Amino acid sequence: MNIFRSKYFYKFSQNPLSVIGLIIVSLVVFMAVFAPIITPFPEHVGPFTDFANKSKPPSLKYIFGTDKIGRDIFTRVIYGYRISLTLGIVVLSIAAPIGVTMGLCAGYIGKKTEIILMRITDIFLAIPALVLALAIIGLLDRPNLFYTMIAVSMAWWPWYTRLIYNITRSIRAEGYVAAAEIMGASKLHIMFKEILPNCLPSLLTKITLDLGFVILVGSSLSFLGLGAQAPTPDLGTMVAKGASLLPDAWWFSLFPGFAILIVVLGFNLVGDGLKDMFDVDV
Amino acid sequence: MLAFQYFIKRIGVSIIVFFGVSVVIFCLARLIPGDPARIALGPFATKEMVEQLRETLHLNESIFIQYKIFIVNLFHGDLGISTYTKRPVLVDLINYFPATFELVLMSGTLMLLIGMPLGILSGTFKNTIIDHISRIISLLGVVTPSFLWAIILMLLFAYLFPIFPVSERMDETLDPPKLITGLLLIDSLIEGSFKVFWDSFVHLILPGLAIAMPAIGNVSRLTRTNLSDIYDKQYIEFARSYAFSNFKIATKYALKPASIPTVTIIGLDFAFMLGNAFLVETVFVWPGMAKYGVEVILAKDLNGIVATALVFTSFFLIINMLVDFVVLYLNPRIVLKD
Repeated sequence: MNIFRSKYFYKFSQNPLSVIGLIIVSLVVFMAVFAPIITPFPEHVGPFTDFANKSKPPSLKYIFGTDKIGRDIFTRVIYGYRISLTLGIVVLSIAAPIGVTMGLCAGYIGKKTEIILMRITDIFLAIPALVLALAIIGLLDRPNLFYTMIAVSMAWWPWYTRLIYNITRSIRAEGYVAAAEIMGASKLHIMFKEILPNCLPSLLTKITLDLGFVILVGSSLSFLGLGAQAPTPDLGTMVAKGASLLPDAWWFSLFPGFAILIVVLGFNLVGDGLKDMFDVDV
Repeated sequence: MLAFQYFIKRIGVSIIVFFGVSVVIFCLARLIPGDPARIALGPFATKEMVEQLRETLHLNESIFIQYKIFIVNLFHGDLGISTYTKRPVLVDLINYFPATFELVLMSGTLMLLIGMPLGILSGTFKNTIIDHISRIISLLGVVTPSFLWAIILMLLFAYLFPIFPVSERMDETLDPPKLITGLLLIDSLIEGSFKVFWDSFVHLILPGLAIAMPAIGNVSRLTRTNLSDIYDKQYIEFARSYAFSNFKIATKYALKPASIPTVTIIGLDFAFMLGNAFLVETVFVWPGMAKYGVEVILAKDLNGIVATALVFTSFFLIINMLVDFVVLYLNPRIVLKD
């Protein structure tokens, strides 16, 4: 089936906002992947210094200006997208499978399994996500990107458990589940082959929306100095470094800040489009 | 179920969840690889110093005994000594928590005062220019990180148009009111000093708004969706056929049912705002709990981190409980059904 000719894609493409979102996301991913080719000064990513050109406001040569030690901010923002996107993908590939498995087990097996798993989920949901992530990073050794990923994943999986649990509960009494049970299918088969495929539209929508929000939370942590460490070009860190120099060197923090906004906006618009397209509620 | 039974049950659930949370945070603090005493003291401390700190933190006992000590002390108001400030953690909490409490309450107020009307306008004038503008504001509110809001608001309203102050809770030249509740707004009123009240109020606006923006977006989007669903109902059509004014229909017939789903998720918005407080307090040099939290995290202060996480979680649990009681008031039928 050609996806571009399906009725789903037609519905998606009828909403201009979703299409704009898709364009933003594609552009950001493209720029991040081909960063060494499209950025003007790839050597500015590392511990590079050029004091002759330090703290230059935006100009034709440096469209986002340069930072305190003369590095091109545009180049560093594009490389920053690499970190952000990696963070989003890694966090969701840890959090979503854990949450989905727990949600399926709690929703389908029921009884004691349901009570135990859902109580644990509720306890984790009772701690505000950013606070939990902060506490975990605080208790780990030195902050770095890997710890940020672990911490955000720990705060994120309960949402997937909730989502999949609710869907599983609503469809476990459906005819096709009963049919599979009568035919003697194993619990694993029913959970992953019968129920999970019916969760996919909601799951896909939630993952798309969350890619943006995970990037947002990740940048918040690095804004507080608890993410990737210098000289890694991390967007949140760049905003934080510039915040102390406001209002004079406004380009230090505003451009990386807007870069975060744009990518979160992109994923959000696509996610909203998918929500309408699949007609699901996440 | 009776309303009274519901109250008791809801409070019971909160207490159980609080214990669960305390176990989770305690386990995180103790089971994470690495010696907390060594981490707190840094690589240059001598073996004896580390051993002494392990002794004071009861790190040499078994994990169950450690948890027992932790809980017993917790109920005696003893959260241990902060290795960062060298004071009892409880004293630090009393110092820093009121500032954050005041700030987050301000944000909650702004969330309702701006988010609801924005959503109502949007839903009432659907697909007009008003709707589009308000939807753009809401969307930007949700997707912009709170620290960026803080920076933008600061640049716009503190530097470009110097209407609001840049940092701290009140002007340095004014005398702070006597410490009673720790909330400047209330303390200054008790003392009858209107000038201090106004000054601390003005200081609250920008950081409060920066924290509230994502929540404002959420509230307004949800209110819009609910309101437009309600507008399709027959009783609204009936009211229209009676030629009631748009204003009367919106405020008298549509608003209450439309606000129930919004109120239900306000607890969640508070969770976001509590997290955002960490970001915004840093930008506005707000002497609150969140700024303290970041400092103890960077200083690897075990007791401080555990206490900060517990305080924020308890605040969130209490807000959630209050929200559920408001929902009960708005819609007793649904809540008490089972």
